[in-house]
Amino acid sequence: MIRTAWLVAVKDLRIEQRSRVLLWQVLPFGVMALVLSGLALGPTHAGHSSAGPGLFYLVMLLVALLMINRSQVIEGSPGTRASVATLGLDPAGVFLGKALALAVELWLTGLVLLGGAVLVLHTALAGTLSALPSVVVTLGALAAAGTLYGALTGGGQGPVTLLPVLSLPAFAPLLIAGERSFSAALHGGALWRWWLISLVALVAYLGIGILLYGVLEES
Amino acid sequence: MSSPSPEVTLRDAVVLVGGFPLLSGVNLDLAPSSLTVVTGANGAGKTSLLRLLAGLVTLSSGAGVVAGVDLKGDLRELRRRVGWLGHEGSFYDDLSASENLVFAAKALARPTGEVASVLERVGLSSRAATSAKQLSAGQRRRLGLAWLLLRRPALWLLDEPYASLDDDGRTFFDQLIGDVVDSGATVVVSAHDPLRSRTLAPRTITLAGGLVVADRS
Repeated sequence: MIRTAWLVAVKDLRIEQRSRVLLWQVLPFGVMALVLSGLALGPTHAGHSSAGPGLFYLVMLLVALLMINRSQVIEGSPGTRASVATLGLDPAGVFLGKALALAVELWLTGLVLLGGAVLVLHTALAGTLSALPSVVVTLGALAAAGTLYGALTGGGQGPVTLLPVLSLPAFAPLLIAGERSFSAALHGGALWRWWLISLVALVAYLGIGILLYGVLEES
Repeated sequence: MSSPSPEVTLRDAVVLVGGFPLLSGVNLDLAPSSLTVVTGANGAGKTSLLRLLAGLVTLSSGAGVVAGVDLKGDLRELRRRVGWLGHEGSFYDDLSASENLVFAAKALARPTGEVASVLERVGLSSRAATSAKQLSAGQRRRLGLAWLLLRRPALWLLDEPYASLDDDGRTFFDQLIGDVVDSGATVVVSAHDPLRSRTLAPRTITLAGGLVVADRS
């Protein structure tokens, strides 16, 4: 399972490196969304700072939906799906590999957007840095849940509009926990309690994915 | 002395997708180490039959055993035993020819050193670093064959392999398929062109409306 996961993750990241979709399409979209959010709030720095965590996760949600869809589309051609199916890859390993690749992409994007939050939304640098562990875990959980829901909504072959509708109820608790822990890191509060909720969600989604990804692929 | 058990056995095989019958009761036996061409008009059920044999669609009713696996059993196990070359293209477009094969080799726990020799055999050595999406239709077919040569399955299922091929490509495919059958594998090829089938195959099956309407050995 681990060997398959590594193989699939490396393959997905190499495809991303070649296609540059993340670099030239998704990342600029995320930065623009963050800048527009800052402009919409107006020039008051204090207002920006309190809204910063929420806006950061809202933009991450939009970016994640694009990347989840992209992660499934690269497997979407019927011929590719059929050929890869005959390789007999362990579905649990495929799930872990795709979730890992998606997590790496989300972490890289998140890092850039956190920098953007400091510059555009004026979140305190020290607080933003101390929020990093919770951001890493929350985005990891988002990647695991997103990989699961990507497969559930057709694995790149179903309508793309289905993914946001079905996945938002699952993403909402993650986004709330992420926003709360980021806010706690900036303004003080129970950072670790929210961080723990994200961690439990990460473990739960990984477990569900390992158990169910094969069934979703078959269906 | 008893004859070897068939590589493929289908009895009244029906495949329904969305209530529509793609196969309407196919009966078929294919011997090991044989070459069979499946012909028929568009929508006759050629691709559906091959997909059923590959374990890519489920049997709705009837019975079947392919490569020793019951079609109502573990289809994952069946897929591990067959090789599939679809007419849509079977690769990751953003990876090079070589990277696609290295991925397959690693997935199959085969030495990646085989990739270079397989690429050479299908005449793609000079295109090893070219991304799959930049290959011509004929080169993509050859890459598909390279993928199968790497896997060395007992049952080869080739869906319209001659589409978009020039005469050289067709000749190359014929030779390679002949070699594969000689090495003991079973090959099933779907093809539009019955003339092509007659020159190639010792056995030709014609489908119409999801049924076998002619079987010429």
